[in-house]
Amino acid sequence: MTALTLGFDLLLAAGLVWLGWQALFLPRRFAAVVHFMAFNLLMALVWVRLEAPDIALAEAAIGAGVTGALLLTALGRLPSAAAVGSHPQQWHRYWRYPAIFAACVGAGWLAWGVQRLPRPGLAAEVTAELDATGVSHAVTAVLLNIRALDTLLEVAVMLGAVMLVWSLGPALRPFAPATSLPGLPALSRLLHPLFLLVPTYLLWRGAHAPGGAFPAGAVLGAGGILLLLADRVGWMQQPRFKTLLRLLLVAGLALFLAVGLGGLLLTGTFLAIPQALAKSAILAVEVATALSIALMLMALYLYGEPGR
Amino acid sequence: MSLYYAVVAALLCGMAVIGLFRTDDLLRRILALNVLASATFLLLVTLARTDSGIDPVPHVMVLTGIVVAVSTTAAALGLTIRAHERRHEESQ
Repeated sequence: MTALTLGFDLLLAAGLVWLGWQALFLPRRFAAVVHFMAFNLLMALVWVRLEAPDIALAEAAIGAGVTGALLLTALGRLPSAAAVGSHPQQWHRYWRYPAIFAACVGAGWLAWGVQRLPRPGLAAEVTAELDATGVSHAVTAVLLNIRALDTLLEVAVMLGAVMLVWSLGPALRPFAPATSLPGLPALSRLLHPLFLLVPTYLLWRGAHAPGGAFPAGAVLGAGGILLLLADRVGWMQQPRFKTLLRLLLVAGLALFLAVGLGGLLLTGTFLAIPQALAKSAILAVEVATALSIALMLMALYLYGEPGR
Repeated sequence: MSLYYAVVAALLCGMAVIGLFRTDDLLRRILALNVLASATFLLLVTLARTDSGIDPVPHVMVLTGIVVAVSTTAAALGLTIRAHERRHEESQ
């Protein structure tokens, strides 16, 4: 058994390094992007091997799915020639080998340093506090109760990215893939119930097992991008849904802030949730955050403000 | 086993840094930054395996990090597309 897992680990690591190399150094951009998507899929397997199923779920949906879709769309908008803005400066040539050498030394130093790093870890402390958080899964407890401030700021960063992308101009019109690929609308109709069912299950499961707001939002967002590709989300472009769309985008952040301020009023500490309310408060924040994350992923994929 | 993946992460970090400064293409730079982010996440998760069990805090950091990484990737790609469109309009 150990020989089998060791072989699997070796194969996984070799595949990871090879795909990373291909993604970084292949001359053709399209091939590089496709290798990068495969790299992320292998990464999801590595997370499973390292006993991090929450990250594996998010990585499979975001890393391989959403990032891949974003990169492929950008690829279609950029000129195929790699010559755009490429003006190799003279010092590149002289400094190339010292720079490569420095990067290799840095990587070797990192590999050596990691082996010697002390690993105190907070596993015992988190387990001791788990009963007071309202959920029984440690990752969800840290994410939405113990270190809720990080999650709050992360949702704010994502909203900031949406605002930046939307401020650049009107949404890019898709190259009408729905008409050139008649199977796409049928496929999205077929898969759509699944894209609603899986996130709901992940969301509910998050309280006691791997799952929760992030994987749920990621899967929902990936399904939403498929719908955008099939041109089935016309309401996002319509002016009368403008306010609703913006409200849904900020729903996660707004509810999170409301819970934080409620904690400030009830207990005197920002983001401190009273134990009696913790379970329902976390569930409400999770539902709103998952919905907002899914919509924000779709909003980012538009590469501009819809309906402008 | 986690130490073994830490070496892989260090190797990927080195490769991504070389890929980052080697190219002039903005899309490839974004790709290289994404590979670098994945390698850093891998390093963090290997550090989460301690003697007293699995530490959930690095897992949470990576989970939020993945979402922040996709946001920054989208923002950078959006800027790249607009910059190219602007340059294309000017050249006409």
